[in-house]
Amino acid sequence: MSEKVLMKGNEAIAEAAVMAGCRHYFGYPITPQTEIAAYMSKRMPQVDGVFLQAESEIAAINMVIGVSAAGKRAMTSSSSPGISLKSEGFSYLAGCDLPAFIVNVQRGGPGLGGIQPSQSDYWQATRASGHGDFRKIVLAPASVQEMVSLTFKGFDLADKYRMTVLLLSDGTIGQMMEPVSLEMGDVTKYDKPWAVTGTKGARKPNIVNSLFLLPEVLEQTNIERYERYKSIEKTEVMYEEYMMDDAELCVVAFGIAARVSKNAIKAAREKGIKAGMIRPITLWPFPKDALADAAHRVKAFVSAELSMGQMIDDVELAIRCKRPVILCSRAGGMIPTPENVLAALDEAGKIGG
Amino acid sequence: MNTKQVLFAGFGGQGILFTGKFLAYQGLMSGREVSWLPSYGPEMRGGTANCSVILSDSPIGSPIVSNPDILLAMNLPSLDKYENCTVSGGQIFVDSSLIERKVKRTDVESFYIPATRLASDENLGGLANMIILGKMLRHSGLMRFEEIAPTMAKVVSAKRKNLYELNLKAIELGYNHGE
Amino acid sequence: MVVFKKPKALTDAVMTYCPGCTHGIIHRLVAEAIDELDIMGDTIGVAPVGCSVMAYDFFNVDMVQAAHGRAPAVATGIKRADPSKIVFTYQGDGDLAAIGTAETVHSAARGENITIIFVNNAIYGMTGGQMAPTTLPGMVTQTSPYGRDVEKAGYPVKVCELLQNVDGAAYIERVSVNNIKNINAAKKAILKAFKYQTEGKGFSLVEVLSTCPTNWGVSPEKSLEWLGENMIPYFPLRCYKDKFAQEGDK
Repeated sequence: MSEKVLMKGNEAIAEAAVMAGCRHYFGYPITPQTEIAAYMSKRMPQVDGVFLQAESEIAAINMVIGVSAAGKRAMTSSSSPGISLKSEGFSYLAGCDLPAFIVNVQRGGPGLGGIQPSQSDYWQATRASGHGDFRKIVLAPASVQEMVSLTFKGFDLADKYRMTVLLLSDGTIGQMMEPVSLEMGDVTKYDKPWAVTGTKGARKPNIVNSLFLLPEVLEQTNIERYERYKSIEKTEVMYEEYMMDDAELCVVAFGIAARVSKNAIKAAREKGIKAGMIRPITLWPFPKDALADAAHRVKAFVSAELSMGQMIDDVELAIRCKRPVILCSRAGGMIPTPENVLAALDEAGKIGG
Repeated sequence: MNTKQVLFAGFGGQGILFTGKFLAYQGLMSGREVSWLPSYGPEMRGGTANCSVILSDSPIGSPIVSNPDILLAMNLPSLDKYENCTVSGGQIFVDSSLIERKVKRTDVESFYIPATRLASDENLGGLANMIILGKMLRHSGLMRFEEIAPTMAKVVSAKRKNLYELNLKAIELGYNHGE
Repeated sequence: MVVFKKPKALTDAVMTYCPGCTHGIIHRLVAEAIDELDIMGDTIGVAPVGCSVMAYDFFNVDMVQAAHGRAPAVATGIKRADPSKIVFTYQGDGDLAAIGTAETVHSAARGENITIIFVNNAIYGMTGGQMAPTTLPGMVTQTSPYGRDVEKAGYPVKVCELLQNVDGAAYIERVSVNNIKNINAAKKAILKAFKYQTEGKGFSLVEVLSTCPTNWGVSPEKSLEWLGENMIPYFPLRCYKDKFAQEGDK
């Protein structure tokens, strides 16, 4: 095993992107993710890469579109208000079937909001991040090590499925330092015969485009895209089960909320409450089957989130509302304490069964 | 040791985050699980700053320290804010040159060191943080004296020899304070 | 002997432009430049949103269709991905001088080694004739039915005048395609812009004054006259900046 190094979550993302072969980074400063841009501005010149501070988040994601259309790996990163600006780009990336890796280190909203950690962009990430029918793969790291592994994997998934992969992190995981191993293995190369690389007079022009004026043609592109999504839902779901073997109550939480929930579950077990957790690592595709399965075994669920309650919709959908779901929520940059989660587990224990 | 939760708190500019980083590196080098979480934002521009460090023998859940085993307070607002959060039987370290009052709790161990005054007396301006850290390392048993220099070598790059030596001097001063 | 043939850099697709529209001429001038420099196999174009949204069907090169106003950012990405490629954008006045002003100014400021063909016809064509950032004072459009009132709607944006002060820009020229003489001058300017890019000289933009007979509500012939009488006085034709101008050049 390689020696571990102490890294900030944001810097870990940047280094993992370099390891994944990303040589083009475009960004715009915003707290709490600016370390990614700062790291890239130092790192990219060392690997003959391109760092460019764009004039706006909109320009940055369109530069990503350009590099990706040219067949190379590219990324941009921002925090919540900046991600809203990138919405247009998300939609075009989907419509053009272009791979892209994008990071949202979330802060509290809406509006300019605050700068403290949040998970209140869950809906935006998993639902409405731009106009039109499309999905993004959404990865939710809960440690600095996962910032590395999911970034590395994210670039691969983006190329594999020709779509956007969004790393949905938060200010806590972005700012914290933990020991990480940077050993990630080889980068898989994908053929990109669709890329705009110049015809060299040897083939017909490639066109990267999202405009289809004939509705029957446009419908067909949507249907094909959704077939791809269906296969992703079958094969790419990731989650962690924690103390679920004999659990009677199930916490569902991702990212920093899952870290806090682990403390709460330990405390609950000490009190004799049989609690466990399912931690979604992919927020889309959401681990629906794992939750539906758990619904047969547990009495109630707790959805612990740094929002007014967004993921709870997916939890209730996944279990078809078979069991009560208690919301444990802090918003605006506040983080639930283990005591908050424990109180929700107590409530769930009373209602459930 | 199982798990130790440490909270460093003071003004922005006192080197609170760096102090935490030193401890985190020591944890890393001794093969423990470590997390380091700073407060961020306007603190950098002179408000209050704090930093949570957890060292553990098992994987760390929440990286947020709300009930520290060890509190380092480098200004009065920090002591006022976190004294009552400290766990019973924990330790509180106070920079007595900046905080005039004593710790009110009687179920914790209290330590006083005039770190800021010592720093200026010894020409170690700006290194009060390392002096109080030295004191804490000794009384908490978190680090042996001989571990200090190799950790410093990891945290301060060899290119900045002067900085390395000053930091080392400060931390050793605190370590041996009152002996 | 063939006296007139289609440039290789144009496809056989039937263009979707209105009768009398000068987009066709401008497409041809761009394609001729690509042919003459023999760069077709290495050229990548970026299409805008507007009447020329489907330019990707007309140029015989790899093309990307960009979001409204973002073509210079997309072109920046393509160029940075492979600086050996020749990258151009083809944009209208709404795309370039309204929604995409930031992308335009900043790609110039960075001195991106790309070429922008900016087609200014003083109106939003594709959406049916609304006021553009370059609509002339007093000009009637669907959204300035009483004529553009500069007190309320502001003044037209003079893109070349604006960009000549941007240090990163290498070559900025305004041309027109309303008569043969001007078309020949336009051809020269477009060729020069592409040539500069092949020589790594940096950011170039050629503004081409163009007509919109449909939305101006005049015949194609009249539209050419209207352009000469109204647009050229407001948007003077000349080279606004040429970092590499030779002694004696005008």
